[in-house]
Amino acid sequence: MERHHFEDELQVLKQRLLGMGALVEDRVHQAVTALIERRLGLAEQIAGGDQEVNELQIEIDDRCLKLLALQQPMATDLRLITAAMKINADLERIGDQAVNIAQNVIKILPQPPLRPTIDIPRMAQITQSMTRDSLDAFVKKDAVLARKVLKRDDEVDQLKDQVFRVLLTYMMADPGTIERALSLILISRNLERIADHATNIAEDVIFLVEAKDVRHHHEERVTP
Amino acid sequence: MSQEVGTVPDTGLRIKTEVKAREAGAAEIRDADIVIKHVNLSYGENHVLHDITMDIEDRRVSALIGPSGCGKSTLLRCFNRMNDLIDDVRISGTIKVKGLDVNAAATDVIEVRRRVGMVFQKSNPFPKSIYENVVYGLRIAGINDKATLDEACERSLKGAALWDEVKDRLNESGLGLSGGQMQRLCIARAIAVEPEIVLMDEPCSSLDPIATVKIEELIYDLKAKYTIVIVTHNLQQAARVSDRTAFFWLGRLVEYGPTADMFTKPREKLTEDYITGRFG
Repeated sequence: MERHHFEDELQVLKQRLLGMGALVEDRVHQAVTALIERRLGLAEQIAGGDQEVNELQIEIDDRCLKLLALQQPMATDLRLITAAMKINADLERIGDQAVNIAQNVIKILPQPPLRPTIDIPRMAQITQSMTRDSLDAFVKKDAVLARKVLKRDDEVDQLKDQVFRVLLTYMMADPGTIERALSLILISRNLERIADHATNIAEDVIFLVEAKDVRHHHEERVTP
Repeated sequence: MSQEVGTVPDTGLRIKTEVKAREAGAAEIRDADIVIKHVNLSYGENHVLHDITMDIEDRRVSALIGPSGCGKSTLLRCFNRMNDLIDDVRISGTIKVKGLDVNAAATDVIEVRRRVGMVFQKSNPFPKSIYENVVYGLRIAGINDKATLDEACERSLKGAALWDEVKDRLNESGLGLSGGQMQRLCIARAIAVEPEIVLMDEPCSSLDPIATVKIEELIYDLKAKYTIVIVTHNLQQAARVSDRTAFFWLGRLVEYGPTADMFTKPREKLTEDYITGRFG
């Protein structure tokens, strides 16, 4: 109730962060759509750069620094601001991965599609849902949801390995597929990296809500 | 120009800092309510303010910070001629409040003190009712119409975020309030005469944390209407409430700038050392 000014500043910070999250989610979605629907124009648009994401990152870090310096936040407020700085960094990296996916898509599209590439759309779907859920967990301060995100990371890792094995056999059978296969392997790695960043965000949410640092299996990751 | 600023108390190091008698980036300030130029002040042999030049911005909160004895309260008292009450004070330079030279012979000091209100560290309500405390300044200005006084009282108490707590007991003694309430009563009294500037000398020093938060929130609201200059030895308070911060050391203005910059990237090493608690 008191400290209206500070409360308002925190709300603005959260809004800017979630705005960045929405922007980044959208860009990942567009990069994946460009791959699945084979849309060169869309890929070029995303590959063109993420100026807006970068500017938001700078603005959010500046807001956080000023809040720390000027408002002496404690307890949950302090954890919120340090979590925001970290989530900010992870969101920016997710944005970079979206650009990377789009750049790899541009390399693939000139040639006929390799098939099947079912694992990659599945990876993309899980990865995007992890990203969305980690940000939802942040908004709702929901550590249970955040822990669910952590659990899904293993599935993404397994799919990445599977994609590699399948594409390896393609490459061995037909060297003509190597260029496309390598690009797809890179895309699967981009998606796996996005999922890692989503788990980082989830870990930050758990620290924000419960003041527990669950990184690196510091704590039982899976709730009993 | 380079001037030796003084000795750091604990270590005996001499700190040489380029102390610039500067106007705080005149280009950055839009409207200057108080223009201070080359002010020097001495108490007898004691030269306590050295060549102070700065502008106080209209309807912003400006904080004066620095260790005990650095001259910040002395400077604050210059803005409303309160130093007149001290023997053997000599002052040179000019201080203009909205264009009015406060030290000019022709200037009416009562008018200065109406336009430049003050709130002190220890709240000092009169031994009168809450109502009479608030309207006192209006009464001695010759205003006795009940309707006018009633309106002014309500307006001022609302402006000081005290109305809801006292509206049913305006006739009770102002001394019967809590510490935080008494300070808000003093603020109400100060704004009842519709000043342009409100000076606050360590307004929260004798208040508990919750009362302090209330006053700080009030300051944030007050700046919409009044220019506020606050002296505080509490760095965190200066960081929380002010738009611009001026750092004083041994009677000199060391640095003056936007509060966000002062606390994240001060330009002077002396400022950085003070703010990080390395000394002082």
